Amino acid sequence: MSITISNISKSYKEVNALNNISFEVKKGELFGLIGPDGAGKTTLFRILTTLLIADEGEATVAGFDVVNDYKSIRNHVGYMPGRFSLYQDLTVEENLNFFATIFGTTIEENYDLIKDIYVQIEPFKNRRAGKLSGGMKQKLALSCALIHKPKVLFLDEPTTGVDPVSRKEFWEMLKRLQQKGITILVSTPYMDEAALCDRIALIQDGKILEIDTPEEIVKHYPKTLYNVRANKMYELIENLKGYEHQYSVYPFGEFVHYSDTRADFDPEALKQYLEAKKLTDIIIEITEPTIEDTFMELAK
Amino acid sequence: MKTIGYIVQKEFKQIFRNKGMLPIIFVLPLLQLIILSNAATFEVKNIKFSYIDKDHTSASRALIEKFNASNYFNVITDFPSETLASSAMLKGEVDVVLEIPRFFERNLLKEKHTEIAVTINAIDGAAAGVENVYINQIVQAYNKKIQVGPMQPSNQMGMPKNIVTIPSFWYNKTLNYKTFMVPGILVLLVTMITLFLSGMNIVREKEIGTLEQINVTPIKKSQFIIGKLFPFWVIGMGLLTTGLIIAKLIFDVPMVGNLGVMYLYTAVYILVILGIGLFISNYTDTQQQAMFIAWFFVVIFILMSGLFTPIESMPEWAQILTEFNPIKYFVEVMRMVMLKGSSFIDILPQFSKTLLYALIMNGLAVWSYKKAN
Repeated sequence: MSITISNISKSYKEVNALNNISFEVKKGELFGLIGPDGAGKTTLFRILTTLLIADEGEATVAGFDVVNDYKSIRNHVGYMPGRFSLYQDLTVEENLNFFATIFGTTIEENYDLIKDIYVQIEPFKNRRAGKLSGGMKQKLALSCALIHKPKVLFLDEPTTGVDPVSRKEFWEMLKRLQQKGITILVSTPYMDEAALCDRIALIQDGKILEIDTPEEIVKHYPKTLYNVRANKMYELIENLKGYEHQYSVYPFGEFVHYSDTRADFDPEALKQYLEAKKLTDIIIEITEPTIEDTFMELAK
Repeated sequence: MKTIGYIVQKEFKQIFRNKGMLPIIFVLPLLQLIILSNAATFEVKNIKFSYIDKDHTSASRALIEKFNASNYFNVITDFPSETLASSAMLKGEVDVVLEIPRFFERNLLKEKHTEIAVTINAIDGAAAGVENVYINQIVQAYNKKIQVGPMQPSNQMGMPKNIVTIPSFWYNKTLNYKTFMVPGILVLLVTMITLFLSGMNIVREKEIGTLEQINVTPIKKSQFIIGKLFPFWVIGMGLLTTGLIIAKLIFDVPMVGNLGVMYLYTAVYILVILGIGLFISNYTDTQQQAMFIAWFFVVIFILMSGLFTPIESMPEWAQILTEFNPIKYFVEVMRMVMLKGSSFIDILPQFSKTLLYALIMNGLAVWSYKKAN
């Protein structure tokens, strides 16, 4: 086991940030922590990276206890905080050199690990970090977190505020790192990224809702889910919400995800109801639930 | 060691890249030294002087002429009555009103005794005190002249011999206030710059989030702190050096003592200030908070340092408090070494107290610096 967490709780005065959290991450796994803002993701990261001490519970990272062996952990983990936290007034190369030096290594020593990522920002190595674009900042931060060849990599919302292309590239990089045997714990508020993880934990209000592979998680969705479309989106949502048998109504792209309370739900009846409400071009079809649907269902 | 070296290198890079900070560190303090040393004088000049002469005799005119001749007093006007004089005082048009009574000359000659009234605007108490001394000096000088004038032939033998004090101001012969102020202001500059910079520096890393990244690295507390503070120690010593050069070149302040002693003391003194700065930054979250707290201490330290007001004239409880004021020791040592030529043995009491202070402050600062919470 690369990370074990058992019964971890942490409160900040009034707020209960983490409530009796337990789970394990296997070696070489890409594990996602999925949850909205304020769910407690960053608190958990800070406990695992020895920046914060939990009120209760125990945790180990790479076999070291987060409280007693915190020094060893700091040698073996890479952490990329949610906020860009490199020196903006130092250049790309200086930042990388700085972190290599304080980890007691050099860029050359572990160059093969960061090569894929670093070559993309190398043309800008004399540019100050503060002047990089969002995607390049992420790549630099990832390079700095990897420079000492960590066993476990913690990435706290690495793709928040990054454009879709860079996001996709970033996840491809993570997949490659995983193949090199690095355990990765990544948090994200984006449900579409969750599907790229080996396993995910859905977290809300400091509690774990569900832990499983993305494929299994969606099977937990208890109802049959329908895509509903009509000519007027807003009226469609309003009318579906007003429908007496509705179980859940969430807009999802160009469709509305709808589920019904009745087991013997007949889409035709719903279509008639909507037509009576003067909506046209109505399409109702069965669809596969996504992680987002499952999360919304579990978070209810 | 390599790690510390790299942090120091990184700090210097950051300092020299901060285009807004450079002039604040190197130019402003020296400008302050030049401006303050010229401006912060205790001499009172250009006193607005007026008089009410009710006697109108040669004796009264001679007295007024004495004031006229003095370069401290500007004789503005004379008033026919006290009411006019006091209303002018109220408006701030005059600082001093001298009232010469009727029969001034007659009484002086016949009864060897007369009185004159002096009214001084004492809104600024310190200035009023100085003005009073000046007036007394002039009146006394006048007195002597009168005595040796008309009384000469009759009874010179019976006259008491005047006791004349001849002051001799050691270590600052001409009572040149610049000699006295320049070392003091230099102390302030070294203190303020090193305290503000070190106090804000680590907080800045907290503010921009880099401290979080540093804290997950295996870097040791001591390595990080030494690496962070050493550049400011160097800057402090650099400021002292430039300040001393300016003091010598522009103000020609005597440097009697051994510069080595002064540098040795300053080296330890800056450690105290850096310790205080680090301590402040451990308990604050933003540069703004750190700045205000540092400012609070600096103001108290400066006003209670004996630089502007003598410590001897403070109430006893305040005198005890000044024992904890590092600036006080630095001011003392600077003046002792520069003006008096004190040796290391002479400043040993100040040196040992400062050393103890440095150990305590840095101990507290390192102890309170936590990588995790």
